[in-house]
Amino acid sequence: MTDLTELTIKEAARLLRLRSFSVSELVTAHVERIERLDRSVKAFLRFTPELWEKQAEEADRRILRGDLGPLVGIPMAIKDVLCVRGVETTAGSQILRGFKPPYTGTAVSRLFEAGAVMLGVMNCDEFAMGSSTENSGYHPTHNPWDLERVPGGSSGGSAAAVSAGEAMIALGTDTGGSIRQPAALCGVVGMKPTYGRVSRYGLIAFASSLDQIGPFARSVEDAAIVLEAMAGRDPLDATSSDRPNDVLRDFDAGVKGMRLGVPREYYEVDGIEPGVKAAVDKAVKALRDAGAEIVDVALPHTDYGLAAYYIIAPAECSSNLARFDGVRYGMSTEDAQNITEAYTRTRRKGFGTEVRRRVMLGTYALSSGYYDAYYLKAQKVRTLIKRDFDTAFEKCDAIISATSPTVAFPIGAKTQDPLSMYLCDVLTLGGNLAGLPGISVPCGFSNDLPVGLQVLAPQWREDTALRVARAYEVASGVKAEVAPLA
Amino acid sequence: MRNWEVVIGMEVHVQPRTRSKMFCGCAIGNLGDPPNSNVCEVCLGLPGVLPTVNKAAVEACLKTALALNCEIPRHTKFDRKNYMYPDLPKGYQISQYDLPMSVNGSLEVDGRRVRIRRVHLEEDTGKLIHAGDKLHKAWESFVDLNRAGVPLMEIVSEPDLRSADEARDYAVGLRTLLRTIGASEADMEKGQLRAEPNISIRRTGSEELGVKTELKNINSFRALHRAILYEVARQTEVLEAGGRVVQETRGWSEAEQRTFSQRSKEFAEDYRYFPEPDLPPLELDPAWIEDLRRALPELPGARRARLVSEYGLPAADALQIAADRDLADLFEAAVGAGAGAKPVANWIIGEVAPSGKFPTPEHLAEVVKLVTAGAITRDQAKEVLLESVETGRSPSHIVAEHGFAQVSDESALEAEVRAVMAANPRAVEDYRAGKKQAIGALMADLKQRAPQANPKVASELLLRLLG
Repeated sequence: MTDLTELTIKEAARLLRLRSFSVSELVTAHVERIERLDRSVKAFLRFTPELWEKQAEEADRRILRGDLGPLVGIPMAIKDVLCVRGVETTAGSQILRGFKPPYTGTAVSRLFEAGAVMLGVMNCDEFAMGSSTENSGYHPTHNPWDLERVPGGSSGGSAAAVSAGEAMIALGTDTGGSIRQPAALCGVVGMKPTYGRVSRYGLIAFASSLDQIGPFARSVEDAAIVLEAMAGRDPLDATSSDRPNDVLRDFDAGVKGMRLGVPREYYEVDGIEPGVKAAVDKAVKALRDAGAEIVDVALPHTDYGLAAYYIIAPAECSSNLARFDGVRYGMSTEDAQNITEAYTRTRRKGFGTEVRRRVMLGTYALSSGYYDAYYLKAQKVRTLIKRDFDTAFEKCDAIISATSPTVAFPIGAKTQDPLSMYLCDVLTLGGNLAGLPGISVPCGFSNDLPVGLQVLAPQWREDTALRVARAYEVASGVKAEVAPLA
Repeated sequence: MRNWEVVIGMEVHVQPRTRSKMFCGCAIGNLGDPPNSNVCEVCLGLPGVLPTVNKAAVEACLKTALALNCEIPRHTKFDRKNYMYPDLPKGYQISQYDLPMSVNGSLEVDGRRVRIRRVHLEEDTGKLIHAGDKLHKAWESFVDLNRAGVPLMEIVSEPDLRSADEARDYAVGLRTLLRTIGASEADMEKGQLRAEPNISIRRTGSEELGVKTELKNINSFRALHRAILYEVARQTEVLEAGGRVVQETRGWSEAEQRTFSQRSKEFAEDYRYFPEPDLPPLELDPAWIEDLRRALPELPGARRARLVSEYGLPAADALQIAADRDLADLFEAAVGAGAGAKPVANWIIGEVAPSGKFPTPEHLAEVVKLVTAGAITRDQAKEVLLESVETGRSPSHIVAEHGFAQVSDESALEAEVRAVMAANPRAVEDYRAGKKQAIGALMADLKQRAPQANPKVASELLLRLLG
């Protein structure tokens, strides 16, 4: 019989309706695989057996009633920054240890309503700050393709779980590349929607103007199905949009006649590995062969993107993380002599090095006398980067490039050098600054490690990004596969 | 004091009349509600929550801005004011910084135009209760977040006020305006209107502003007046002794009737304002603003002027009646029902305003007409008015029931007057001996024996018989 942990949503949905197996069996197969593998992958922070039992039973009943929803009974993993009622949610941080939200965020709620079954809470960099999941306040996660290497980050647990066959789909969040980069490093599909496409209600904020929730899956179509289910206007998020949710329009139309932009700045970026370049060049050729016109475009302000990002994101984070003060929930020191001491002790103990670094960077950037030179200047750069993309999209329908300049790197290789870690996101964070939809699809291997192809599309054109990614999947025959773990 | 000029600017926080909080659906609740009973994940600032703007609060703020002749820009936005304090659940207050909802307005106070710098919207904080003196010295502190997220309008004036009287009249004028347009109940005792004066003094004739202090904890107009008088006297003393005023926040102690230093502003906190990324900028639709402007009722200033010009009321009466929309409405309706303007004004100022018991305009007009016609006495009229408020029955009915109809016929009164004279021979003698004040005792007795007697007719008759 087919291995139940290697199915895509479409396949699983078909077999569930044929009664080849039940949802409970599907879930059990995943749980057994988790029990076997997660000791070495360490993608999960917590398991949610009460939820998966209840949700699997309910899903089985829905299938018996003839419910044809594609997500009914699909095993799903949730990043530790998305609040689920009654489930300990800590943003990968010790400061939130023990915190059980009294509410469930909108995106997760919508997937629950669609019938997905939650398996557990996924490891990530603390407050989604990092590119390797080594900044987790709990433990690092290992790349299923090479356990000595990182899965990328910050949504490393989600990416690793889908790659290891521990979950069929997973949710992550992407602030500077935190879905696309780990998807690339783990050889799965990961998508960051347009800013405003998916409600952020229930997402523990890192940088509010950049954060978006998105799916991980093992096929472009699966990612699209998950995105469609959670997208759309939410009255609880004023930045969510009521644009039509038509992400699957022209999904299978192919790339014939489409113009795909290749920005030189992204192909010649510092530190891009030859193996990554080779795999991406091959992908570009495959798309050209499939009928796309490949055009040169320019993104001249790319060099400034990283600097602007590392002003704006820390500035917002310094404010967003102020609420973690030990007064109402989470960790709290008990031996403080006064409130200021209680604040400083709780935060020094509860936050890790990278979080404290960014809180301090952001506080500095917003300080009186520095605001204009840093925050305001960074916002101007952000506008220039948006304009770069606007101009580029006049010449092309979508932009294709590598997702990450490198393949997965060894655990510990970059932890002593924050700047080298920040460079992991150099090809992805432009999409966040400009609010664009972007998807990473597997495009082969370099030294036996997965490489990701990134497709960026204009705002609200998820349909375009998905169409190109799907066309590549079909044309190249390269499919996300479950990592060959023992 | 002659050598010093007082300069006051006012920051007034007003809670707009809304059912729910500024950024979530929680009820506003009442003062005595159990702690932390009107809260949800949003106003508790739990991880992952987002604010959404309460349209009713925006509308109340815009109405206020329009009533204060403010300019309303097309674009406005919210900003975060960052500081950590246990009554501030998010570690920042959502407020407005450089693009407030409105700017450059004015309010007329005591015949002078006081400029309004801005009116903006923000959220209130929670409340701390300390076991011990203050936060840093308490051995235990409790946090009540019922108030956290309650909408507040901040109305900031330019430093155009020149005395404690003007500052109080400004605050009273604001309250009247807010109540008239229905933007707020503006009840100071319930904390719905909080006035914080910035006070400095300077040498008369000087153009430069002195160092200011800001006063807090003021919860009545009386306290506002007294606190300013105290603070002006204190600053004058400091400066005349050759000292310098320290820029600081000072509290008003109602018990001790003095201000005390709360927080020095020399090390001003850096609030690190930046645009609130969770709320898109508001684009205010000019058509909506125009609708709100058109729907505004007549404002107190205009109405006061009209009460003088249209009804011939003295300025002082007009001021008092126009200060309360309900009083002014009652006045105009009672006059419309046929009663004379000045007597209606007297009754409203003398009876209705102090008691807060509102008759219907028709009933008030009826009572006033009965008194004017001499059908009942003033004292009887007060009783009739009160009873008509309590029972809802018409004054003429009440008069008939009580046999209050006044007797003005001399022949009918003569027997009573003679009886009074017979019962008080001593007073009669005194009067006839030249002690004219003895007439008072006789009239008092007459009022007892014949309450229905028209006092004017009866006293004339008495004088004649004594004569």
